[in-house]
Amino acid sequence: MSDRIPILELRNVDKSFGPIDVLHDITLKVHEGEVLCLLGDNGAGKSTLIKTLAGVYIPNAGQILMDGEPIQFRNPRDAHNRGIATVHQFGGTYPLMSIGRNFFVGVEPTKGWGPFKMYDRRRANKISIRELQEFGITRVDDGDRLVGGLSGGERQSLSIARAVYFGARVLILDEPTAALGVKQAAHVLRIVNEAKRRGLAVIFITHQVMHALAVGDHFAVLIRGSIAADFRKGEKSREEITDLMAGGESMADLESNITSDIAI
Amino acid sequence: MSSDSTYSTNDSTDNVTKGTMMSSIIAILRRPEVGAFVGMLLVFSFFGYFGFDRNFLSPFGTSSWVNAASTVGIIAIPVGFLMIAGELDISIGAVVPAAKMSIAIACGHYGLPILMGLLITFAIAAFIGWVNGTIVTRTNVPSLIVTLATLFAVSGLTLFLSLLLTDRTTQALYSPDWAKELFGAYHFWGFQSSVFWWVGLAIVFFLVLHHSPWGNWIFALGGDKESARNAGVPINRLKIALFMLASMAAALSGVSETILSNSATTTTNFALIFNTIIAVVVGGVLLTGGFGTVPGIFFGTATLGIVQQGIGYTPFDRNLSSLIIGVMLLIAVLMNNTFRRMATTMSTTKR
Ligand SMILES: Nc1ncnc2c1ncn2[C@@H]1O[C@H](COP(=O)(O)OP(=O)(O)OP(=O)(O)O)[C@@H](O)[C@H]1O
Ligand SMILES: [Mg+2]
Repeated sequence: MSDRIPILELRNVDKSFGPIDVLHDITLKVHEGEVLCLLGDNGAGKSTLIKTLAGVYIPNAGQILMDGEPIQFRNPRDAHNRGIATVHQFGGTYPLMSIGRNFFVGVEPTKGWGPFKMYDRRRANKISIRELQEFGITRVDDGDRLVGGLSGGERQSLSIARAVYFGARVLILDEPTAALGVKQAAHVLRIVNEAKRRGLAVIFITHQVMHALAVGDHFAVLIRGSIAADFRKGEKSREEITDLMAGGESMADLESNITSDIAI
Repeated sequence: MSSDSTYSTNDSTDNVTKGTMMSSIIAILRRPEVGAFVGMLLVFSFFGYFGFDRNFLSPFGTSSWVNAASTVGIIAIPVGFLMIAGELDISIGAVVPAAKMSIAIACGHYGLPILMGLLITFAIAAFIGWVNGTIVTRTNVPSLIVTLATLFAVSGLTLFLSLLLTDRTTQALYSPDWAKELFGAYHFWGFQSSVFWWVGLAIVFFLVLHHSPWGNWIFALGGDKESARNAGVPINRLKIALFMLASMAAALSGVSETILSNSATTTTNFALIFNTIIAVVVGGVLLTGGFGTVPGIFFGTATLGIVQQGIGYTPFDRNLSSLIIGVMLLIAVLMNNTFRRMATTMSTTKR
């Protein structure tokens, strides 16, 4: 494992907002065809960390390496162009736009020439539906449907399919399952596995241990902006992970939380 | 992990197939631009019936409401673009008189050629739009407040400069024939030049919004600004461009009126602000942004014109037109909200 060159690597990265230190000395590797689960309590710095990877923030210190080469993302677009795709909780989709239009925002297929280039609706719809169906969303077959009418899981899937289609190499998912029911969440997890199978590196943020364990190959736990644990699948028990995720709360309290979580 | 089949037998699959025919008809009727069109037909039939004896349906009656609609309509579409993109521009109420005075002072007072006057006027309008857009994108202050500020700033400046340069608040302008023909003459049936601008621009704007990549960007901008930015849409430049477009459309409307009436005044046009917003909302654009259509805005503007001008052809009191417009606006907003709610919750899990 360790001899492969990681797609993305952070070396001693610090990020602060003025006087507020949010990330300290983060060192982390992300490999192709692997799911990295980023765990941690609210405010631990998970979102800040992935925004640093996605070019939203520029680290105050430390290095980001892509394919072993030091790199600096100037802005989200830059990171995006290099294959880093972020999918947010609500999928980064536009509810009142059609599936085809959603899929191609910013990179619309056109027909015609010069100033008369027109948005090619038919092609956009065809490709977007094909890609969605390949991710197992078979009950959606009309590219003109408004995305707002899709379920939360379908919207997530659309965003992920979109990222994969446009050649993402690293897929960053910030709490994709947070707002979803059990079935929908299972579906998103399956799509995460599919993305991994296709060789993408996936960074997956979640507060749910079950979801993390279902897809994770590699786990990193953030506590107050530092990496408190970095381990691979099977190296720690579920109890240990849950404990770490809550930032070291007492086991007894956690147990009761977990049982009530599962009951829901 | 569940399999594909368990997933696809989820919630509303059955309902969708069962009522496809019926629900697609309902879906079409619920589309805001169709609603706007039906509303326009209703209003037109109403005034056609009660205004028949007083020639509402005659060429002269027709051109009177179409002319009135055109001066609002030229501005309403770009304002609608802004609303779709999640912004508002009320400074147009001051840009219109500013444009009127610019061309009248440049050509009427200083005797510059009309072409120069047009250039100066549109440059001023573009600049005002640029200022609006730049402040909105740089500061994130809501555009209602920003353009309220520029509304007053521009109207104050217009008055001040008019008095400073010409010592008066009205200015006459006599234009050459070609400019009259192009911007301010009466054509067949009494249609004024701005009607042709309105229709022409509506077609161009229709293609831009619904059939060009830029249109997609405008919807995306209003739908989710951050995602649009991350998807590579140049959101700040796009917003600034939209504010400039709205200002320049206001200038076109002002120039047309000035050339038509051979005179300009500095009076700020507050009614126009309300009229454009009414036209856009009645036309089915969501106040929350992210959705709207050019045909809808076009029908909304026509409806407004029919009510405001048509009332004079009926036996009813003139003041009732405002009542009708108020009621119409409320109905439109409620319908738009229903549309949004339905579109965003159609097949998600039941609540
Ligand atoms: N732009 C900012 N300016 C100042 N402080 C910030 C900024 N962004 C984040 N923070 C702070 O950094 C800390 C980490 O925030 P972050 O959003 O990364 O947490 P998180 O781990 O994603 O939490 P959650 O699980 O609730 O999403 C928080 O205390 C937050 O207040
Ligand atoms: Mg977060």
